[in-house]
Amino acid sequence: MPELTYREAIRDALVRAMRQDDDVFVMGEDIAEMGGSMGVTQGMLAEFGPERVRNTPISEMALAGAAIGAALQGMRPVAEIMYEDFMTLAAEQIVNQAAKHRYMSGGQVSVPVVFRTQGGAGWSPGAQHAQQLEAWFVHIPGLKVVFASTPEDVRGLLWSSIYDDNPVVFFEHRTLYGIKGEVPEEIEPIPLGKARIHREGEDVTVIATGRLVHEALAAAAEAEREGVSVEVVDPRTLQPLDEEALVASVKKTNRAVVAHEAVTRMGFGAEVAAVLQYQAFDWLDAPIERVGAKFAPLPFAPVMESYVVPHAEDVLAAILRTVNKKV
Amino acid sequence: MAKVEQKTTLAKSDLRDALREMLLIRRFEEKVEERFRAGELPGFLHVAIGQEACAVGVCRALEDGDVIASTHRAHGHALAKGTHPNELMAELYGKQEGCSHGYGGSMHLYDVQRGNMGANAVVGGGLPQVTGAALAFKMRGEPRVAVAFFGDGATNIGTFHEALNLAQLWKVPAVFVLEDNKWAESTPESQHSPIGDLSDRAKAFGMKALKCDGQDVEAVYKTTRKALEHARSGEGPVFLHLDTARLSGHYIGDPQVYRPKDDARRLRETRDPITLLRDKLGLSDEEFQELDAEVTAIVEAAVEFAKNGTDPAPEDAMRNVYA
Repeated sequence: MPELTYREAIRDALVRAMRQDDDVFVMGEDIAEMGGSMGVTQGMLAEFGPERVRNTPISEMALAGAAIGAALQGMRPVAEIMYEDFMTLAAEQIVNQAAKHRYMSGGQVSVPVVFRTQGGAGWSPGAQHAQQLEAWFVHIPGLKVVFASTPEDVRGLLWSSIYDDNPVVFFEHRTLYGIKGEVPEEIEPIPLGKARIHREGEDVTVIATGRLVHEALAAAAEAEREGVSVEVVDPRTLQPLDEEALVASVKKTNRAVVAHEAVTRMGFGAEVAAVLQYQAFDWLDAPIERVGAKFAPLPFAPVMESYVVPHAEDVLAAILRTVNKKV
Repeated sequence: MAKVEQKTTLAKSDLRDALREMLLIRRFEEKVEERFRAGELPGFLHVAIGQEACAVGVCRALEDGDVIASTHRAHGHALAKGTHPNELMAELYGKQEGCSHGYGGSMHLYDVQRGNMGANAVVGGGLPQVTGAALAFKMRGEPRVAVAFFGDGATNIGTFHEALNLAQLWKVPAVFVLEDNKWAESTPESQHSPIGDLSDRAKAFGMKALKCDGQDVEAVYKTTRKALEHARSGEGPVFLHLDTARLSGHYIGDPQVYRPKDDARRLRETRDPITLLRDKLGLSDEEFQELDAEVTAIVEAAVEFAKNGTDPAPEDAMRNVYA
């Protein structure tokens, strides 16, 4: 199996979709000659030209809205919003328009658009270039929300998102672009709404997204040395959520940790914890632990940034609390 | 798609049809006001009484395949684009037979089959999507135009500026129709805009701007044809500035405390597009009453149709969230 980086895997999905389908095109700020601020669309201009690898002005409302309008007329645009923080600028079009057209029209239209965006701390960009805002969008009926953590997943999920007839907000994590992983020769679409069990375990389930999947896997390896067997599950799609898989895992292990990089309070993990306590109440042997960022904007100074966001050691501490173990 | 024929004039019979359509919209909206005040219609409603020539003049100029996006003041646009009065009235009553099947209401009128890609309750909300729809037409080489309606109040919001900038940059086949009724809800243009001529905003993007009397349906029609020709030829979008008048309040029941008392009365006497067209056509009282009776009967039938419509089941609320 070929090995691709997370970045290359995203590009591979885009390129293959655009080769087979004239309706698919990409648009966004600095995506053409520059190849995107994260380099995802590098080289695509040469193959597809400026019509289909479409640079936009710094104009998130219009670029999001134009993607929605093109989708309403049968295209399958993939719009890149350079940073998640800028999703706030596009939010009116995504939240009030894309998410609701089908509903408000009584089912007459569909809006097959993907909004790719990325965020994440770990490189000191400060408070306006690294937020994790997935909780904003999972709260909106009508949107699907994806957050992939590996090259294989990001490619298969992006493919499914492009060919989904609903608006999809597709989160990528800045620190994952360079990670490598094996992917199948041909794209295997990953259905939206299917969780992935990364590692099986018996004592505790860690439900993690994005960068925290990798932190959770590191924590699980460490816990193993302490004699605690950890199952790591990545929902991959946050909306629709694979409740069945998460609940089944927790019913098996009887303990749960929910981990993401976004601020803990009112975060996606709060919803997961609510689902688990309701559907697996009688199976739980410990309070559900939540791991996330502290309730502060992201600071600039590296020591402060690192303090605010969670790491493997925070996941490990949470795991051990669920089994009442001290290190 | 067949080559588009450019018809640039209106015969007298066409103008009579236009009058009939404008009168239908007027009577429809007066009926809506009446039924709303009677407590029959849920939600809240905005009528466009006085702006009928804009809706009819623009939509009559469109070709099959052209699409519109409308505003919160949408009844006239929907009717002029071909939505049946029964389906529109049924929507206002929240019935399944409505043009949005009861999911939309007055501010969210859709009729995709007839080229209405949706009315929008967010001021300026539809404009970027018109740019995008026009982009799709351009990318596929289709001779279609996407048309946005909006008011002068919308020219202050970011989506307006971003959508026009992008449309002009990409030379997409769009027409941006400003229905300049001089009011943003209760705020007069003098308080919401620092410039005298809102066309200057489009010109600032290098966009072709055309202006005409929005109370003269023939002028609106002819100017729209010019705008469409330009847009369809690939030369880029057009800003179509229609000077119009809102003869009613912002919403039904608006006491209009912000407006000089004789302002609407004066406009009704001098700027009512229906009176103006009737005079132009030289219709006798008898001829006008005949026309009036005809459209009034259609409106009454629409109310009957709507009242006899099917209520959605409460749990239908969970359908259509996702495709």
